[in-house]
Amino acid sequence: MTDSATNLRSEESASVASVCIELPAVLRLLAGIVTSDRLTLAVEQPVTLTCVIQAIESAYPALCNTLRDPATGKRRALVRFFACGADISHQPLDAPIPEAIAQGREPLLILGAIAGG
Amino acid sequence: MSKVRVLVGTRKGAFILKSDGARRDWSISQPHFPGWELYHLKGSPADPNRIYASQSSSWFGQTMQRSDDGGLTWTAIGNKFLYDGDTGTHQWYDGTAHPWEFKRVWHLEPSLTDPDTVYAGAEDAALFRTDDGGQSWNELSGLRKHGTGPHWQPGAGGMCLHTILLHPTDPRRIVIAISAAGAFRTDDGGLTWKPINRGLRSEYIPDPNAEVGHCVHHIAMHPARPDTLFMQKHWDVMRSDNAGEIWTEVSGNLPTDFGFVIDVHAHQPETVYVVPIKSDSQHFPLDGQLRVFRSRTGGHEWEPLTHGLPQENCYVNVLRDAMAVDRLDECGIYFGTTGGQVYVSPDGGDHWQAIAENLPSVLSVEVQTLP
Repeated sequence: MTDSATNLRSEESASVASVCIELPAVLRLLAGIVTSDRLTLAVEQPVTLTCVIQAIESAYPALCNTLRDPATGKRRALVRFFACGADISHQPLDAPIPEAIAQGREPLLILGAIAGG
Repeated sequence: MSKVRVLVGTRKGAFILKSDGARRDWSISQPHFPGWELYHLKGSPADPNRIYASQSSSWFGQTMQRSDDGGLTWTAIGNKFLYDGDTGTHQWYDGTAHPWEFKRVWHLEPSLTDPDTVYAGAEDAALFRTDDGGQSWNELSGLRKHGTGPHWQPGAGGMCLHTILLHPTDPRRIVIAISAAGAFRTDDGGLTWKPINRGLRSEYIPDPNAEVGHCVHHIAMHPARPDTLFMQKHWDVMRSDNAGEIWTEVSGNLPTDFGFVIDVHAHQPETVYVVPIKSDSQHFPLDGQLRVFRSRTGGHEWEPLTHGLPQENCYVNVLRDAMAVDRLDECGIYFGTTGGQVYVSPDGGDHWQAIAENLPSVLSVEVQTLP
């Protein structure tokens, strides 16, 4: 491997984070995920909810447009994101998410809101 | 011996019921897509093993599914339904202008000749088409951008495009219906559309004879007579013999002319079925008796069909896409209820039996007649 190729690899890995994600069971079933409750996906840095959603949709096309509306790009009203015990659903999708999530030390929890009476 | 496959969409999943041509003994599948609303499933006439399904959820939006093996396995397909160009507005419940917002697909109508081509009727009302087996969907926006679009308004169930009728020999002609805008027809494959609501009269709107604004619940057509259309409107059962140019009322002796479903016998183009429902707010059968009414004269004269149906304490509804017919020699009639029952009559309506009794609330019923 040449020096320049080594540098390129190093830059690539520095720009990608390994993020742990928990999806609702109904979405795991839709995507055919049967191995684990948690996924670990490579997500572009800086890690935002938009980047996480893009990584999920890229890895599991069946989940495209399930977390956000394709017309508006907004989070679906009854989808919730929890990070390090806090509800971050209302922060802009393009805002950085907590370091512990971006560094893979804590999972990002994606939930369907309890609703429906 | 021929077989039938019944595709049932419910509030909490899809079910596939199978029987041989006798239609006495039935198997019921495990739920497909459990927990999701399945507004409609329909098989391709050109390839019956190709089935399309509309799967949606208040949480996770619209997804679409396709099976290439008669419903044994499914693959998620494209679910991006974007309105073409300027979204525009329609009337909201309070009369104000409201932007078109996609909510779900109510009805799927596969092409009669090409398994990869399917039409999808959406809420808020629009017609989409795929020509690649569901990977991508494009709006036929000539309908929504028809000049009356800003005056369309939602019915109680939303502003849904729920009926799509494809002409059996002329692929340029399509009839659709929208609650609560009315019926529309294209004669050029979907480029341009015209309202076909002359003769409809709706006392509950400001102009009872308006060009649009009628709450059409469902339309049925017999393929041998594509110019004859039968309509169950919010109130009134109607027919047209000129592809919707003019409608006349054929409610006749029905105990109430409110209802949702309407369908036509597979081999008798003048034999029509409806399920009268008490309205305007109760939406269950009159007197707790579930009765299908049949007209053998294309309307006006109706007879109740009750043998095998509950005749007391029955308070279910039968929704607009929840009736279908098979094409066996002795035509079978099928319908599903909001109470989770699916009934079949293997003899054109004379005798009924429940082939499923405890499903989730039934949204749609389709039948495939297989060799």
